[in-house]
Amino acid sequence: MSNYLELSQVSIEFPTPNGPFKALDKVSLKISEGEFVSLIGHSGCGKSTVLNIIAGLHQATEGGVILKGKEVNEPGPDRAVVFQNHSLLPWLSAYQNVELAVNQVFKGKKNKQESKEWIEHNLRLVHMLHAKDKRPDEISGGMKQRVGIARALAMEPEVLLMDEPFGALDALTRAHLQDSLMEIHSDLNNTVIMITHDVDEAVLLSDRIVMMTNGPAASIGEILNVNLAHPRNRLELADNADYNHYRAEVLRFLHQRQRNPKAA
Amino acid sequence: MTELALRSIRSIFSWSLPFYKLAKGDAVSEQLKLITKTFLLPVLGVTVFLLLWAGLAPKVVTSLGAVPGPAQVWQQFQNLVDEHQIEREKAAAFYERQERRNAKKLENNANAEIKVRSYTGRATFFDQIVTSIVTVLCGFLLATIIAVPLGIVSGLSNSIYNAINPLVQIFKPVSPLAWLPIVTMIVSAMYVSDDPMFQKSFLNSMLTVTLCCLWPALINTAVGVANVDKDLLNVSKVLRLGYFTHIYKIVLPYSIPMIFTGLRLSFGIAWMVLIAAEMLAQNPGLGKFVWDEFQNGSSNSLGRILVAVFAIGLIGFLLDRLMLAMQKWISWDKSAELR
Repeated sequence: MSNYLELSQVSIEFPTPNGPFKALDKVSLKISEGEFVSLIGHSGCGKSTVLNIIAGLHQATEGGVILKGKEVNEPGPDRAVVFQNHSLLPWLSAYQNVELAVNQVFKGKKNKQESKEWIEHNLRLVHMLHAKDKRPDEISGGMKQRVGIARALAMEPEVLLMDEPFGALDALTRAHLQDSLMEIHSDLNNTVIMITHDVDEAVLLSDRIVMMTNGPAASIGEILNVNLAHPRNRLELADNADYNHYRAEVLRFLHQRQRNPKAA
Repeated sequence: MTELALRSIRSIFSWSLPFYKLAKGDAVSEQLKLITKTFLLPVLGVTVFLLLWAGLAPKVVTSLGAVPGPAQVWQQFQNLVDEHQIEREKAAAFYERQERRNAKKLENNANAEIKVRSYTGRATFFDQIVTSIVTVLCGFLLATIIAVPLGIVSGLSNSIYNAINPLVQIFKPVSPLAWLPIVTMIVSAMYVSDDPMFQKSFLNSMLTVTLCCLWPALINTAVGVANVDKDLLNVSKVLRLGYFTHIYKIVLPYSIPMIFTGLRLSFGIAWMVLIAAEMLAQNPGLGKFVWDEFQNGSSNSLGRILVAVFAIGLIGFLLDRLMLAMQKWISWDKSAELR
């Protein structure tokens, strides 16, 4: 159960003109099915690199990633990624963007009607069915990100990887999307790994928060279990002592033990 | 196709829009400013040019007489139109005679052998324009068919790009006049047929055009393809799109603007090269017209050559507008400003 997804002693080096640069050093992490895990840390600490290794977009120099007993070597739709800047194809409508993924992943498994229902179902999950024929340049940033999430969900991934999905959004839109994401997670109970540098977001959404040390050769500093009951409500939690305790824990890690190297 | 035609017409007549709006009474001072910018200033430029031309041309005296001014050139243009009409009437008369003759033959003997010949009169100025346009389009089309796929492949793979880059850099600056003798020799050696579908002079000019206009399309396509947004490439990887799906769904739509930039550069070169190639290859087009008039050396020749110069310029401009309209038609980003 707890070995659904395992990162084992993952290190990665990037070649540079001044010799190899070690970005990650022996990152080990076990994630169970249905868990929502956040990776938090200062910019440049290698959070995105961890995600890219799980996605298969980067290859670990040492160690590896095992998903359901199989090693991950290349990208695939079983590890769908929601990118920070939506990455929708600008020449396709919301529907067509999801359709591209569905046609590719369910080639020969779903007929036309089933595909259409599945695409619409996923757009409905993110509340974007009404704008399904709009192209990315016709909808707001938050809506684009919703479509990006729908596209990832439509692949029926084993793990949903989110790379600062709400980082580029304003605070109110971000709150809306966080609520949507919580709703979706309680419906589908999928396994999610999310990168963030928003402390509130991490505490509100996660079952566990993985706090990373600063690079180079970054690794996992601490892991915080967030034992708050689901469903969570941001208003009720605002005065909740546990919530504030978790928040303080993360803040202390980020601002005392791992001071931002750039701010220092 | 009708939409395409409409778009190209609209792009040519865009200057008339403010007049229309002015007539309707929309934002008058705005429209007047626009009219100054899009209509008055260009007209002023052309007028100054015509005045300078008319004033200076008679001062330059050549062995064929003074350089013709705008009025003489206009007159030569009308002569060329008249010649064209006379030639057309001759052709019509020829076909009528032939038909009558054949009908009579059939009347006398139903099994009579009937000869249908096509008219072999002189190619007029306008026939030559048509030949030139057909030749340049064929040469450009062939170049596109070669350059765009090659550009895509070399944009996707650094190794292929590095392999073909030196060749591209060396062949790119070669003048059409250097290619033409080689093309001529190869065509004469390879294209041997009793009943040729194309004239050799046509093939020579066309292939020279192709060789010279391949490069900008090739380079721009390769650059456009190599610069596809990294995030979109990651999307493609996560979806495990196949090679051709990847090209068709991601690469091509993304690089359409760059491909068209290259194609339009190529087309400009094609049209310029064509005139030179036709002169040497004696392909019955505008280049041959200019050359023949030069050899002819009558007092009208300079005027007729200047008519050709303006025709070449105008056609080049119109064909470029057509390409631009096609780009707007195909491109997904209708809001992008193209010029």
